[in-house]
Amino acid sequence: MEVVFPSPQQIMRRAMLHHKGFLMGLSVIIVVTLLTILAPVLATHDPYAQDLGQRLIPPVWQEKGTWDHPLGTDNLGRDYLSRLIYGSRVSLLIGLSVMLIAGLIGTTLGLLAGYFGGKMDMFVSFLVTVRLALPAVLVAVAVVSLIGGSTRIVILVLGLLVWDRFAVVVRASTQQIRPLEYVAAAKSAGCSTFRILAQEMLPNLMNNLIVVATLEVARAILLEAALSFLGMGVQPPTPSWGLMISEGKEFMLFYPYLITIPGVALFLLLLGFNLLGDGIRDVTAPEGR
Amino acid sequence: MIVYTLKRLALALVVAVIVSLVSFMLIRVSGDPAIALAGEASSAEQIQHIREQYGFDRPLLVQYLDWSWRALQGDFGESPYFRLPVSQIMGDRIGVTMTLGGCSLAFAVLLSLPLGILAAVHPNTWVDRLALAIAVLGQAMPSFWFGLIMIIFFSVTLRWLPVSGTGSWRHFVMPTIALGYYATPAFMRLIRSGMIEVLSSDYIRTARAKGLRWPKILFKHALRNAIIPVVSLAAVQFGFMLGGSIIIESVFALHGIGYLAWESIGRSDLPVVQAIVLMLSLIYVVLTLLSDILNAVLDPRIRVK
Amino acid sequence: MGLILEVEGLHVDLPLPAGRLQAVRNVGFEVSQGETLSLVGESGCGKSLTALALMDLLPPRAIRRAGKLVFEGRELSGAAEDAMAQLRGDRMAMIFQEPMTSLNPCYTIGNQLVEAYLQHRRASEREARERAVFLLETVGITAAGSRLKQFPHQLSGGLRQRIMIAMGLMCGPSLIIADEPTTALDVTIQAQILALLADLQREFRMGLILITHDLGVVARVAHRLCVMYCGQVVETGTTKEVFARPLHPYTQGLLRCIPVPGRVEPGSELGSIPGLVPTPIGVLKGCTFRNRCPKGRPECAVENPHLREIGPNRALRCLDALAAAA
Repeated sequence: MEVVFPSPQQIMRRAMLHHKGFLMGLSVIIVVTLLTILAPVLATHDPYAQDLGQRLIPPVWQEKGTWDHPLGTDNLGRDYLSRLIYGSRVSLLIGLSVMLIAGLIGTTLGLLAGYFGGKMDMFVSFLVTVRLALPAVLVAVAVVSLIGGSTRIVILVLGLLVWDRFAVVVRASTQQIRPLEYVAAAKSAGCSTFRILAQEMLPNLMNNLIVVATLEVARAILLEAALSFLGMGVQPPTPSWGLMISEGKEFMLFYPYLITIPGVALFLLLLGFNLLGDGIRDVTAPEGR
Repeated sequence: MIVYTLKRLALALVVAVIVSLVSFMLIRVSGDPAIALAGEASSAEQIQHIREQYGFDRPLLVQYLDWSWRALQGDFGESPYFRLPVSQIMGDRIGVTMTLGGCSLAFAVLLSLPLGILAAVHPNTWVDRLALAIAVLGQAMPSFWFGLIMIIFFSVTLRWLPVSGTGSWRHFVMPTIALGYYATPAFMRLIRSGMIEVLSSDYIRTARAKGLRWPKILFKHALRNAIIPVVSLAAVQFGFMLGGSIIIESVFALHGIGYLAWESIGRSDLPVVQAIVLMLSLIYVVLTLLSDILNAVLDPRIRVK
Repeated sequence: MGLILEVEGLHVDLPLPAGRLQAVRNVGFEVSQGETLSLVGESGCGKSLTALALMDLLPPRAIRRAGKLVFEGRELSGAAEDAMAQLRGDRMAMIFQEPMTSLNPCYTIGNQLVEAYLQHRRASEREARERAVFLLETVGITAAGSRLKQFPHQLSGGLRQRIMIAMGLMCGPSLIIADEPTTALDVTIQAQILALLADLQREFRMGLILITHDLGVVARVAHRLCVMYCGQVVETGTTKEVFARPLHPYTQGLLRCIPVPGRVEPGSELGSIPGLVPTPIGVLKGCTFRNRCPKGRPECAVENPHLREIGPNRALRCLDALAAAA
């Protein structure tokens, strides 16, 4: 009759190791992170160095490709592999920074709304409604073009625009936790509101928060790429994948690799974050798929 | 129902006012609009002239009230680039964007509805995995890149579809797929999880205990309940699609509102940019208002109170 | 009295990550026309799954096996979904524990009642409505005609349960299965619903299977009862006999837990059964009640006790009690 049940941690670890999507996503992100760290070592060329004599050399698997430029060169003769490797820095930097800013704003608003309810809740819900009503890409493009594009501006503008999902998710989970006993216990023990929010609520929101954060990194990277593609994001000659697609667009009919290569890289990175986020959600809260 | 509608309407109005304030302020806080309009190279006199011509020297509140009062009457000023009323320019372009948005929404719903239902009815089968794969790929696919790849494949290699323009329905095929596919994952997940939840509910068991057959259980009892959140999502997604049209329209050179916005931002045509931001926001507000009312019609728990 | 339902060797398994949960094990019983049989036990003893298994309404992952499942002379253990659907709602009906969630919130009461009738009878919408009004009046709902237009959320729990009962009666079934029909209701409403069920059962001469954890309910309406523990029937008999002379230590324990005027002294303490119900996963050896049993013997850990007939309509699954009787 004795049955030994595995502990929740064991179940979770086992589920993670058996979750194909989670493992795939994690591997992609580890690879890209290594690329960004090791960029100076891995890149064979200076990503900014133009060589007009070496323009539009196709990648090595095509006719006329050379091992000197494994992924070919762009229309200014810059080594495409090196630009791709350095481009991962831009994507990760913007994705993570935007997530942090948006996460800070959204989590704070969500916590306040969920914990205090009433007028505060109405106010935050109102803010979220207004934010959702504004077309994010359009507003970002307009503001960036007026202020002038740079990595810092893009991070700031996007961070101020994409906090909505954090707010919505944190608000909902806070509302679920608030009526629970341990919160009342902390309150009756005389803990300050800030302490209750920071020490009792936040750690219990972590699972949900990690899921949103992971998915939001993907959204931020996608938005950055879209802005740069429209020419209103990161400015040339910075190697951003969105910008590379935009620059390659003119030549794509004869040199399709110019857009397929950065596009596939972008797609894989986004896929990685999405798979990781979905995987964590599947494992921590299987009902929320 | 009437009280509910009125309350919802009041909220929508407040949001609309704030949204108009934001789209107005957006231009003012991002720099001096007079310089942007006149161009970086113009002289101080020219800038001052513009400033007076457009009334930028008045207090902000007066400017806002003036602008919003005119906007309310459909007057968004004149575009310095086109030398035409903004409302007229937008009127010429909105049809294309609405067509694109409507087609994309239809594409997303028609793709995700059957797949989502099938995935919910047969969880962990090949249908479920296919639905999941479509959803995951759709989330990760940058729509502008997807559009370019389609152009290379369908227009250049196969020569099936025109690269760009708005001449016929064939011009809308690729933009619709590119924009619609981006919205598909959200629909698919919502329909699937909604159906799974509803199918395990007590009233579905009651329906089975009555001896009802699966088609009736599925379409009468389950879908009606699962579709309610989908209506809200459709409104939200349609709003997002109109906003996202700026990317797709610039890829396919579709001369709609999004393309106009992109061009106008490039040439600092501020009255047009402002008007488009406001209009897209207002469309979103109206859409969510309509979806809430439609929800009340679909869900008697909201309606009968 | 004709037999309506005969069950033998009914098993329900639930595959879980930790192993196969044997939720219902080798359960058997009979129900005759006009008879009320009660399945009694703590929550988790498998009584609800037994009920769902009879109607083939188990959750998809549950696996049902039955040695014999004869309803109105037809063997149903291998019946196709279509054949079962024909019987459900027509010949056998079920009333669930949660009246709050058992009605579809999107449709009116009338719609859901009429639907039950039209599924099985060739009738016009109007005839079905008349039938619905008649049955709503039968289950004691006033202003039945106007109730048809109402939505479930506009009605109280007691009213909803009456509507669920009316819905079950729409086609005049020969067997009604009521799964904890009063648990979710207020105490005062509970008595009304129970009385209603008993009246209807007499009036329409149906078989009634009443599933409950409440022995007070059993005493009032059941003719016979099966006490279930950990997926098995441990004692059966007529209500009168079992209440007067409980033989299984578990039944004795359960009966000590309810106050009966005359038997329990005022001011004295009510009984309780110490310990927890074991989870029936893996190979089960010995009596599942032995850890909580006051009369456990060494052989209880080794030998699986069988359900032994010890008289007409009386059976028992306990080594100690059987030894004492012998």
